[in-house]
Amino acid sequence: MSMSLLQVLIGGLLLGAVYALFSSGLTLIWGMMNVVNFAHGDFVMIAMYIAFMVWKLLGGGPFMAMPIAAMLLATLGIIAYFALVRHVMKGPMLAQILGTFGLALLLRYGMFWTFGANFQSLPENLVGGTYDLWGIRIQASRLLAGTLAIILTIALHLMLTRTSLGSKMLAVAEDATAAQLMGIRPDRMQAIAWGLAAGLTGIAGALIATFFYISPTVGETLAIIAFVTVSLGGFGSITGALVAGLLIGVIESLSGYLIGAVYKDIVVYTIFIAVLWFRPQGLMGKN
Amino acid sequence: MNRAAGVLRGDGPRANIIKNQHDKNRVDHGNAFVDRGWDMFKTIGLMKGTAIAGAALIFGLGLTGAFAQNTVKIGAVYPLSGNAASAGASAKAAIEVAVDVINNAHPELGDLTLARDAGLPNLNGAKVEVVFADNQGTPAAGQNQTLRLITEEKVHAVLGSYQSGITLTASAIAEKYGIPFLSPESVAANLTERGFKWFFRTTPVASDIAKIYMEFLTEMKAKGTKVDQIAIVNENTEYGTSIAKVIREAAQANGLNVGLEIPYSANTTDVQSQVLQLKDKNPDCIIFVSYTSDAILYMKTMQALGYKPPILIGDNSGFSDAAFLKSVGSIAQGAINRSAWSAGKPGSVTDRLNEMYKKKTGYDLDDSAGRAMQGFFTMVDAINRAGSTDPNKILTALKATDLKPNQLMMGYRGVKFDEKGNNILASALLIQIQGSDYVAVWPKESATAPLQMPYKGW
Repeated sequence: MSMSLLQVLIGGLLLGAVYALFSSGLTLIWGMMNVVNFAHGDFVMIAMYIAFMVWKLLGGGPFMAMPIAAMLLATLGIIAYFALVRHVMKGPMLAQILGTFGLALLLRYGMFWTFGANFQSLPENLVGGTYDLWGIRIQASRLLAGTLAIILTIALHLMLTRTSLGSKMLAVAEDATAAQLMGIRPDRMQAIAWGLAAGLTGIAGALIATFFYISPTVGETLAIIAFVTVSLGGFGSITGALVAGLLIGVIESLSGYLIGAVYKDIVVYTIFIAVLWFRPQGLMGKN
Repeated sequence: MNRAAGVLRGDGPRANIIKNQHDKNRVDHGNAFVDRGWDMFKTIGLMKGTAIAGAALIFGLGLTGAFAQNTVKIGAVYPLSGNAASAGASAKAAIEVAVDVINNAHPELGDLTLARDAGLPNLNGAKVEVVFADNQGTPAAGQNQTLRLITEEKVHAVLGSYQSGITLTASAIAEKYGIPFLSPESVAANLTERGFKWFFRTTPVASDIAKIYMEFLTEMKAKGTKVDQIAIVNENTEYGTSIAKVIREAAQANGLNVGLEIPYSANTTDVQSQVLQLKDKNPDCIIFVSYTSDAILYMKTMQALGYKPPILIGDNSGFSDAAFLKSVGSIAQGAINRSAWSAGKPGSVTDRLNEMYKKKTGYDLDDSAGRAMQGFFTMVDAINRAGSTDPNKILTALKATDLKPNQLMMGYRGVKFDEKGNNILASALLIQIQGSDYVAVWPKESATAPLQMPYKGW
């Protein structure tokens, strides 16, 4: 295997891990209450701006930005749940779509208004430069993002399957009325899910900001990938999002390198459609 | 249950109103709510009637000429949202500065078109008003917004639309309605190959640009720099595709070899694979034809993967965006770009314009925004010479445009249109990122700093 191909593979895996991380919040919310959060990409965008402000005002890197962004985004998620989602959930599907879509526009144009349309960027060497391992170059910021992404996604999965809070959340996801009869408050669990999902998105945004550009429209670009990742992995499946994220990252990089950059989306979406053809529930989704 | 009741409540009065319309003699409503509804219905009707009468009156006065023309309305379709929003915001700010220059007296700006007096002298000092519309970065929105500007805002001329692919659709609407359309910055070759009557552009076009690059590279080669293989990396809409094609053809004509072409989508999240392809082929010169977000990603990724070509040319757009320079200028040292803008010496007309722009935005004026400003001046100058907002008179005036370098704020040799609508006096020079700014480096007679070779990166 040529060195370049190995470089492409590693780059693809690290990229895919990040895709998985920012998709896990989306899949968690869907799994909990069958709501598609169209504002998801814009949550990531807000977190990226928080990381930018943390650097600009406090001079801090991602390790300072992550907890701040996680807390602020979790708060935003919980507010969004109580102020908006809880109400639109009672309405028809269209109300949910338009509700979260409206939230997306509000956040996006709020940032346009606050920060202007200009692109921002964090300094290149905020996270320890680039490692050179036998000719394979690995950017510290991407390595950090990729590793943390895998750890956090697995942690989220374990939390849901191995803890009492997780069981309660899954119970609400399974049957909110039955869970309520067992003494679990569905709205509290759903609020926790929103807080958790948005908090994870906060961490994802703070990490992505270290190697990506920051602009009010960046959420649009990222959201498409999140939706593809989540539906390929299976709506509601955390491990599915991880597998699908890694898969998309690698396929995208390989096809971009071997066939050509303009064709990489064709390859990704062809595989995406083929998978959904045979497994409409996604790779790891339940029937 | 609740929802059903709401629907019923909503339907009741409306049904009654309709019934009333059919049977106006029967006034037996027996329902106060319905009465109120019917009254409102009448009031709205009355208001509408007044508005129509008013509009007719204004229209009539306009036709008889008794009503002095005190504003000239120009539509500007730019990407105010979407991925190119930063470039759109800069163009908007530049046009707003030009509006200030035109509408107020600015004797300190010397010979610059329409700066001296307030308003348009040939239209009794009429003021210019710009109606901005957001093309959202999509050809469909650009088309719809142009239609809205022409049919609803009744603009007298349209300016736009930054991305060539959007100028393509937007100008087609203006052509259909017979409204002059001027593109200050779209360079794709085919825009002026459509036989349009109402389309003009002031910018240097794809072929001018390719010529500059080829002259530069041929000179470098003659001086002993290795230029055996050129790579073109272009975004794959109208702009990138057309520039890439023209550069490829010009290279062949000049005996230069384009060994690698990488088209890509500007909305991409990752460019690692493209950079690795470049690293594998190791060309002597790369020409990027990119918008801002992708240009930033390329510079970041090249640094991460430790790759730099000996010569790096970034064709305007993304590389000219002030946000590009600010966010990745420090890792793109030595990148070469084309430009027709230079702020010049302190106290000069261009420097004063730059200060006005800087006061408004916090940034220096860049080439793209500068071209927008120059396009706007050119259009308003034509309307002033036409002495009228009649589209046919503006068209005649545009065709007769002959601006001299001292009347311009861009470094063109002038503005004069050929029968296709291209500015035959458009020109550009090469600039290079040295430190935190671009400096003019080629050709020698316009250079303000020596050319630094090879590309340094970071």
